[in-house]
Amino acid sequence: MTRFLHVHCQLTGYDIFNKVAAMFSTKTFRGGIHPPGKKEATKEKWIVVLPMPQKVVIPLQQHTGKRCDPTVAVGDTVTAGQEIGAASGFISAPVHASISGKVTAIEELPHPVLGNGVLSIVIENVEGASSAEQWEADPSWEKLSPKELKEKIQKAGIVGMGGAAFPTHVKLSPPEGTNIDAVVLNGAECEPYLTTDYRIMIEKADEVLTGLSIILKVLGCKTAFIAIEKNKPTAISLLQERLLRLRATLFPADDFRIEVLPLKVKYPQGAEKQLIKAVVNTEVPSGGLPFNVGIIVQNVGTAFAIYEAVVKNKPLIERVVTVSGEGIEQPQNFLVRLGTPFSRVIEAAGGMKRVDTPHKILMGGPMMGLAQYNMEVPVVKGTSGILVLPDQKKKAQRACIKCGKCVDHCPMMLLPSRIADFAERDDFVSCREFSVTDCCECGVCTFLCPSGRPIVHLVKYAKMHLLKNK
Amino acid sequence: MSDTIIVSSSPHAKTSGDVSKIMWVVCFSLLPTAVASAVIFGIQSLIVIGTSVLTCVITELVSQLVFKRKVTISDGSAVVTGILLAFTLPPTAPVWVVIIGAVVAIFLVKQLFGGLGYNIFNPALAARAFLLASFPVIMTTWIKPVSQFMSFDAVTSASFLNIIKEGATAAGQNAAAGTLPAGFSYLDMLFGIIPGSLGETCKITLLAGGFLLLLFRIIDFRVPLAYIATVALSSWIFGRDPIASVLSGGLILGAFFMATDMVTSPITKTGKVVFGIGCGLLVVVIRFIGGFPEGVCYSILLMNCMTPLIDKFTKPRVFGKKLFQAKQGANTVQKTS
Repeated sequence: MTRFLHVHCQLTGYDIFNKVAAMFSTKTFRGGIHPPGKKEATKEKWIVVLPMPQKVVIPLQQHTGKRCDPTVAVGDTVTAGQEIGAASGFISAPVHASISGKVTAIEELPHPVLGNGVLSIVIENVEGASSAEQWEADPSWEKLSPKELKEKIQKAGIVGMGGAAFPTHVKLSPPEGTNIDAVVLNGAECEPYLTTDYRIMIEKADEVLTGLSIILKVLGCKTAFIAIEKNKPTAISLLQERLLRLRATLFPADDFRIEVLPLKVKYPQGAEKQLIKAVVNTEVPSGGLPFNVGIIVQNVGTAFAIYEAVVKNKPLIERVVTVSGEGIEQPQNFLVRLGTPFSRVIEAAGGMKRVDTPHKILMGGPMMGLAQYNMEVPVVKGTSGILVLPDQKKKAQRACIKCGKCVDHCPMMLLPSRIADFAERDDFVSCREFSVTDCCECGVCTFLCPSGRPIVHLVKYAKMHLLKNK
Repeated sequence: MSDTIIVSSSPHAKTSGDVSKIMWVVCFSLLPTAVASAVIFGIQSLIVIGTSVLTCVITELVSQLVFKRKVTISDGSAVVTGILLAFTLPPTAPVWVVIIGAVVAIFLVKQLFGGLGYNIFNPALAARAFLLASFPVIMTTWIKPVSQFMSFDAVTSASFLNIIKEGATAAGQNAAAGTLPAGFSYLDMLFGIIPGSLGETCKITLLAGGFLLLLFRIIDFRVPLAYIATVALSSWIFGRDPIASVLSGGLILGAFFMATDMVTSPITKTGKVVFGIGCGLLVVVIRFIGGFPEGVCYSILLMNCMTPLIDKFTKPRVFGKKLFQAKQGANTVQKTS
């Protein structure tokens, strides 16, 4: 009863003040754009489990960091969830067999992010291979220490599910002496088309909140903000409601402060640094990481994966993928086993439309996604979406007319047009002087450019050279 | 789906806005003023505008062919230059003068520097300055507006600012009083029924066009606002009539259509304010202290030279970097990470 009263009192006091304040001031950052959202196609579609593929290709590098070493040999029989690639260092994450079957090859194969030639393990389902999978909730996890929880997360091979694929256990290990003030759960999902995080928040709200409680426990932190863009009111109200219900069990101590925070709808609201600026109004120093300002950001998809790893002992072997775009017959949200070829996922969404036009196949959203040239690349841990877009009418590329749109909207407050000029002339020293390394490649400049200049492309080119000549 | 797969760098979505769209909107926003000039000064102003536009486009075509560049006359930038050049000329300007001006604008000021995006000076204004230096008499022969007198005879007259300047000198005073010459009201100035350059007199249509550009976010409000406010304020300090100062000469035309020229004005927001203030101060200095009655043209040209410098000193503060401790901050971060 006292617990109930406490929760109730908090709602009538502090929370209502917050709600009213949120109505008048919308949290956001400077710059940014409003690209068409295009989420309607899959927004209301429940996550469908994709039928088990007959063959999967598991690349040994699906994360930022060192490549895994294979722990199986050709001819071995593996079961789903078995570790087949061991982490080769701290900044690395193991990979697991996503289906049961036989290892038929270990060779260099195309990869959706890293291009051609990434060592991968091919598993084919054979007759008689055990397919029964038991992932039951195991309540003993609640007694685990923070260290044991982190080990469990590390062993499950969890990486950032928003696309960057940075190993989660590394993010959860801030250097000694760093004080973490708050965790920000990223549910902004500002990329057009994608509804992966949105569906997870709607369908797996309790699991996401449990995942968040595990993250807080690992970090020993008591403050968390669940940041969601205002165009997802269903997710905001649902999470608020579930939070109220589960508060007593998940966040029992009185000094927990967990809040669902509606954010202004703006791209790139979900970019880590912009998100922190919006939520706690602090700038992560240039070249720094969120823990420098006492913040850890985790994607809602990652929180869900942490829940599965810790509570159900299930390693990261499947993920939610939005299949959408004007070129897709029936846009869908799928739960896909890692390693499933893109072609199979697209097929399950009714295949592609419009037979005669050239098109783009993207991994990720239209703003930061990577164009694929091979339909057989596998779904990896960072694949939040597969989009098929018809070719946009090409804009004539001209000289910069210095309209200043890129400067006005750059969320990192750079001078993109100048950087592009320097990169075009291979003047990489000037590029660095103009802070090219601070660019997050969000694509705002190129989206707006009336001269159709490939600014992001030039930025990547300059960064590549700077990295090489370091 | 066809077998053609396109692979390119992100982002894969782009706005439909492009340079030619911007230029044609600018042309459209100048149209009302062109019509007004025909009403005020008679059909001859349309001949000046037509000649200027046609010569600009032909010069652009020829120079791009000569320089073996991609022909881009359809992007409308030459048309904009043509209209703007015509707007700065007296309605009586002979056709050959207009042609020389247009060739100078496009060939000398724009294409020789590398074409659209590379020119340092606003082509129309630079060409006007060239013509003023070469043909001073032709360039300062003004006619009284026809509509006011219901007559189609060209009656030569001093320009509005000349009237002010000469009136002040004749009276032997600092023109502290009587900045509004007899026979003209604010309303005349607003509707452009005063002597002056072809497209600079009718403020109503110019403001409407400027508003359209602001609405389409083609120009930034900072340049015209800083420019006009500076002129008004310093005129008031100089003891002149601020309203007459703003409404006379080419200030409105310059502030909305020429100082805002993307290529030749600063790219940063702060830079735009600095640019506007600089233009405003120069106009006041030229008008009230210098030898010329009008200073809009030179003020913008002079500030055009300053643009790279302004851009250099108004670089925005990069996200996550402190203004003066950029290097120190980077070092501490490297240590912790």
